[in-house]
Amino acid sequence: MSDWLSPDEWRALALSLRVSFWAMLVSLPFGILVAYALARWRFPGRQLLNGLVHLPLILPPVVTGYLLLITFGRRGLVGQWLDDWFGIVLAFRWTGAALAAGIMAFPLMVRAIRLAIEAVDPRLEQAAATLGASRPWVFLTVTLPMILPGVVAGAILAFAKAMGEFGATITFVSNIPGQTQTLPSAIYSYLQVPGGEANAARLVWVAIAVAMAALLLSEWVGRAVARRIGGG
Amino acid sequence: MLEIALRHRFAGFDLDVAFRAPPGLTALFGRSGSGKTTIVNAVAGLLRPDQGRILADGAVLLDTGAGVCVPPHRRRVGYVFQDARLFPHLTVRQNLMYGRWFAPRGPGADLGQIVEMLGIGPLLGRRPGALSGGERQRVALGRAILSNPRLLLMDEPLAALDEARKAEILPYLERLRDELRLPILYVSHSAAEVARLATTVVLIGAGRVQASGPAGAILSDPAMAPAFGLREAGAILTARIAAQEDDGLSRLDTGAGPLWLPRVAGGPGTLVRLRILAQDVLLATVRPEGISALNILPVTVREIRTGEGPGALVALVAGDDVILARITRRSAERLQLTQGQSIHAVLKAVAVAPADVGRG
Repeated sequence: MSDWLSPDEWRALALSLRVSFWAMLVSLPFGILVAYALARWRFPGRQLLNGLVHLPLILPPVVTGYLLLITFGRRGLVGQWLDDWFGIVLAFRWTGAALAAGIMAFPLMVRAIRLAIEAVDPRLEQAAATLGASRPWVFLTVTLPMILPGVVAGAILAFAKAMGEFGATITFVSNIPGQTQTLPSAIYSYLQVPGGEANAARLVWVAIAVAMAALLLSEWVGRAVARRIGGG
Repeated sequence: MLEIALRHRFAGFDLDVAFRAPPGLTALFGRSGSGKTTIVNAVAGLLRPDQGRILADGAVLLDTGAGVCVPPHRRRVGYVFQDARLFPHLTVRQNLMYGRWFAPRGPGADLGQIVEMLGIGPLLGRRPGALSGGERQRVALGRAILSNPRLLLMDEPLAALDEARKAEILPYLERLRDELRLPILYVSHSAAEVARLATTVVLIGAGRVQASGPAGAILSDPAMAPAFGLREAGAILTARIAAQEDDGLSRLDTGAGPLWLPRVAGGPGTLVRLRILAQDVLLATVRPEGISALNILPVTVREIRTGEGPGALVALVAGDDVILARITRRSAERLQLTQGQSIHAVLKAVAVAPADVGRG
């Protein structure tokens, strides 16, 4: 089994899984917060926030990658500050790949969660308030359990999207084997050398398998959760 | 005691009301769109009125003048919505305990006692999706009571139910009214519910209080009858079960004499309140003979009110109560009815429907 993929290829797969997992996990609380704000709050700048969140979906990924580079790069406004104060460097590291993947997947995550929140009857939240629950408690005991299928779907969708992220990642953190070379970058590298098609094909199958597994898992988890909370 | 004074302006509608709700059940009666739900939502804190002052047992819930507006979750107001609003992801037991979790510690309604009172024991493990409309509404009642509130709000809790389900819940509402020492503010546009349940009636029309007072007085006032609808107008007669008779009738004692009705459940001595519809009452100046109606009560004419149409409403003193009779103006003239006159009110036994018999 381990002969089937070369050590570099295993590393690329492991890195992709790690990058996608952390991208999903770290962006999840922000995704829920932004989705809730967009679904429930009326505030000035709401449309601007909505636009910002969706920007990575419509911009060329290379543009997003470039913007990340000038913001979070070592000389970038935020990058320099992170380096000076916390010693955190994102550019050309796997953490940078996770940031790029997280941002690219963010619109999909927010959309899924926002739809779930909009489907929750606000009158149930009012009822919870009359029963003594403060706003945070209403969210934790009523809203969150009811949107759980949407949150799970959004998280898995974001994970799958992060697995496939290429353009912004390669622009921001480059394509260094063992460090920032994710599955798509590895496929791209193989296709750049003559006779690399066979190697690329193997990784393509791996990518398809991971994507399908994520999709099936999201369906299954979503249905299980929906049965638990909505069933009778 | 609940004291409410509110002013609120919507597009094309303004609300300006002030009234008090003494202990017992206070019915806010009025047609749809008269502002009843707005009042209840303001008491619950779900709506912030332009101006207002709301006190519950001396505690200030809202005082716009002083800049006080207690948020809904700190008002300790139990709210029973028309559409139950049970949490679909929780079981019946978890729904019931939801409010208890946030309630201040100390003596309060006991789960077992409330479950027994509402007859929802067999439902505890189920989810709201598997309940009938009537069951849902009973659970919603229990949930509101168990949150240990200082008052209960009910916004047409029966409106979404069919007649059979209403009949199923009404006795529970009577028990709540009589056994819990909580003021209840009850929104309704059903004259039957008001007559059955209300201790106090507040008549709301076009955003104003048209009248308010004890249920018996409001319901027997001929001037108020149009607000309830002439066919629905009816007063309350209190009675005590005297005996259950062999032919399926119950004999009841009223302040004006005995009354026979189709079987009224309860042992001798049980106090009941009867809704006597004005249009079911016949009047006779001499005691009629050879008539099928079983009930002939001696009464005194208190007031005769004629309106624009051909009808007349007559208020009659029957013992300690006042009942209404709706007759034609022509009949009133032919009988030469005058105030203070002693006459007879005739009532068919079967005219009083089981739903019109409540707990006294």
